[in-house]
Amino acid sequence: MELTTVWFALIALLWIGYFALEGFDFGVGMLLPVLARDNTERRVLINTIGPVWDGNEVWVLVAGGATFAAFPEWYATLFSGFYLPLLLILVALIVRGLAFEYRHQREDRTWQRRWDLALIVGSFVPALLWGVAFANLVRGVPLDADHEFTGSLLTLLHPFGLLGGVVTLLLFLTHGAVFVSLKTDGDIRHRARALALRLSGVDVVALSGLEVWIQTSSGSTSSGLVFGASVVAFLAGVVALRAGREGRAFLGTFVTIALLVAGLFLALFPDVMPSTTDAAYSLTTTNAAATPYTLEIMTWVALLFTPLVVGYQAWSYWVFRKRISVHHIPVAS
Amino acid sequence: MDVVDIARWQFGITTVYHFLFVPLTIGLTALVAVLETRWVWTRDPALLRLTRFFGKLLLINFAIGVVTGIVQEFQFGMNWSDYSRFVGDVFGAPLAIEGLLAFFLESTFLGLWIFGWDKLPRGLHAACMWVVHLGTLFSAWFILAANSWMQHPVGYRYDAESGRAELTDFWAVMFNKVQLVTFPHVVLAAYLTAGLFLVAVSGWLHASDRHREDRAVHRTALRLGAAVAMVAGLGVAVSGDLQGKVMTEVQPMKMAAAEGLYETRDSCAPFSVLTIGSLDGREEKKAFTVPCLLSFLGTGSVDGRVEGIDDLRAEYAERYGQDPGSAYYQVDDYVPVVPVTYWSFRLMIGLGMGAASGGALVLWLTRRGRTPSGRWFRTLCVALPLGAAAGNSFGWIFTEMGRQPWVVFGLMTTDHAVSPSVSVTEALISVVTLTALYGVLAVIEIGLILLTVRSGPAPYVEPAAPDDDAEDRPLAFAY
Ligand code: HDD
Ligand code: HEM
Ligand code: HEM
Repeated sequence: MELTTVWFALIALLWIGYFALEGFDFGVGMLLPVLARDNTERRVLINTIGPVWDGNEVWVLVAGGATFAAFPEWYATLFSGFYLPLLLILVALIVRGLAFEYRHQREDRTWQRRWDLALIVGSFVPALLWGVAFANLVRGVPLDADHEFTGSLLTLLHPFGLLGGVVTLLLFLTHGAVFVSLKTDGDIRHRARALALRLSGVDVVALSGLEVWIQTSSGSTSSGLVFGASVVAFLAGVVALRAGREGRAFLGTFVTIALLVAGLFLALFPDVMPSTTDAAYSLTTTNAAATPYTLEIMTWVALLFTPLVVGYQAWSYWVFRKRISVHHIPVAS
Repeated sequence: MDVVDIARWQFGITTVYHFLFVPLTIGLTALVAVLETRWVWTRDPALLRLTRFFGKLLLINFAIGVVTGIVQEFQFGMNWSDYSRFVGDVFGAPLAIEGLLAFFLESTFLGLWIFGWDKLPRGLHAACMWVVHLGTLFSAWFILAANSWMQHPVGYRYDAESGRAELTDFWAVMFNKVQLVTFPHVVLAAYLTAGLFLVAVSGWLHASDRHREDRAVHRTALRLGAAVAMVAGLGVAVSGDLQGKVMTEVQPMKMAAAEGLYETRDSCAPFSVLTIGSLDGREEKKAFTVPCLLSFLGTGSVDGRVEGIDDLRAEYAERYGQDPGSAYYQVDDYVPVVPVTYWSFRLMIGLGMGAASGGALVLWLTRRGRTPSGRWFRTLCVALPLGAAAGNSFGWIFTEMGRQPWVVFGLMTTDHAVSPSVSVTEALISVVTLTALYGVLAVIEIGLILLTVRSGPAPYVEPAAPDDDAEDRPLAFAY
């Protein structure tokens, strides 16, 4: 296989890691006002993701960095083209990241309410906008002969882009609810499970709607198969959740998100950013790529260190494997 | 105002802001690890209290370092897309590797440290903080390698066909001679900053009546911080001196501008501590100078020849007169803004070294059980880390602005680096939003730090031993 293809796959993998992991912590953030009845319950929710959210977020930093290194043209066009949505995402990630660390520093109700709001909005905005961005990426955007984006913010906000946003939003909400049912005990656990089940109907409709739409416009056989599998995985997750098998249900939503992202990238390949102005202006894995030498170095680094990273991240999940419930929350911190 | 100006402001504001927190993170992770390791060894309750106390301050600082870092990672593509296209093959790799090696390590092990008090054995818990520190050093290494390449491009070739710089030797980029002197300088400056932070916090508490019963505890941290600051301060001076020589070699214009030296001096060029005259240093009315010091700084010998701005301008015009084949640079003048370069260099050295000497002074004032407690002592302690932070900021302002008009020295000028597809409105929205946000965050952060410092270290609580039976015990730490 060409190194450019390997790197396309690795970048897909990094985004998969990002959405499947940070997806549930976005979900937990958004569910704060829905699942928690009082402050202690809110703290239960926040503490399910407390030790891991930052590690989850690093996946997007590495995805960005890897795109910069392996496909500089793609990084340049994508980030300068999707300027305002990315700015919104940045602002959201900033206030959200601080909310975790700052909320508990003061026993003041107003203070805590404000950080709750930061956490909720800061989770909602990226959960929605990443979907909009990726739907646009697959559909193609206006690029000129220099690979410069020639559209505006409104170019990105068509029904298809918005459907993409709705799908990631819904999936992350469900993924988060399933995670909460897996990681907590008591009332919250039941509420979370009920909510996940209630959302599952809309999820299936939106998810398959998006996938069919992509399939008809730019899909391939392989993306079709992967999309199909993602719906199956989701249904299997729902069945498991009904049966009270929360671990398997979480695996189900995890795999659903992973396969959705994999399908998006398969539908994209061999383009990395199709141009709707003229197919000849599209960015592809070849014309956007770095030199073989850079890719080779990066491959070595990835081969040596990715297993290590996955290993210690898995270890940290294992260390914090216990369920949390209200009586685990210490009075005042 | 065009997009270039706005993008420059945004980059400068974001980077300087990010770098207010970075040195504290680098240095405090090491100091907290030292405190905790000593606690594991000695079981002295005071050490555990200090570990937790400075750990808490570290987390407040770390959070804001992380979120401003995300902006950095994205802004190359958002504001500087032509830069990213031109250098991505070389510059992208260290950035990606930084993420993979450093950020994962920092975030995962910090999470383990924060929440792991009752889940990990004590030695392992302390080791987590050491791993976080290692992560910050990796981070510094790779990002500085990327920056050093912009100061002195090596290990690449210009490819006329693709019109970009392409990597030919990764190890040359990793061990760029600029990198080899920059890394120790920056990391030692970080230790200096964090040492002085300990001095400020503990010195203030030490001199406070309300915390009198904990005087011995604060004294421990105060002296540790002051000792680290003194040693690191010496290291900063030595490494800075080495940097000066490398800089004179690879970017002679920066050194000439740093002195406002217009005419070449064949030997014994003086260094002016302060000059009063026209802002660009053409005319000087009054100057306090140290003879031959500039020659020594730049070349290591008092007889060294230091080239002046006028000669260098002619020399650069000849060497860089032609574009390497595409429109990556076009220069009308090769001289950076002299007053900024001149003053930032002096402020870095003056404020930074002033602060380091303050650390030494504190060590002396507290010798053999002495406990100075006047108001002046508190003021002194609190001023020290501010001096170090100012030294860091002016250091970067000097390094980056002294390189102008180049963004990559000799290869690309800053006005060619900006994103062609971004409009002035978009760029303005971005810089205004981010700056306003940083402002609000600064107020919140300072408020929190003061609040935490005022209440002092929490009383000693025996940490729960890790054991799996006690299912229903409250968490040792929770958000
Ligand atoms: C000398 C050291 C140094 C320098 C020059 C910079 N940084 Fe930094 N950066 C760090 C040292 C560091 C750190 C100490 O490692 C931080 C502080 C908090 C943290 O998580 O790591 C960090 C955080 C940090 C993060 C967040 C990591 C996380 O989520 O854990 C990002 C994305 C960046 N930085 C990126 C950059 C970029 C693109 C820079 C250049 C323009 C830059 N940093 C300058
Ligand atoms: C690798 C890490 C880098 C660090 C730590 C760093 C740091 C800084 C600092 C501290 C400043 C001074 C702010 C000011 O007063 O303007 C600055 C300015 C600037 N930097 Fe960098 N920089 C880095 C990389 C880059 C990159 C990749 C670019 C790419 C385009 C860049 C472009 C600029 C520009 C345009 C300015 C403004 C200079 C001016 O206004 O004269 N820097 N940087
Ligand atoms: C005798 C004292 C010092 C000397 C001779 C010195 C020298 C230098 C030089 C020559 C540079 C520019 C390197 C370049 O352009 O490539 C620099 C940069 C810098 N200095 Fe210093 N410095 C001194 C003290 C300090 C102190 C006390 C601090 C902080 C507390 C500090 C922080 C920095 C920082 C953050 C930079 C920018 C990053 C870099 O390129 O290293 N310096 N210093």
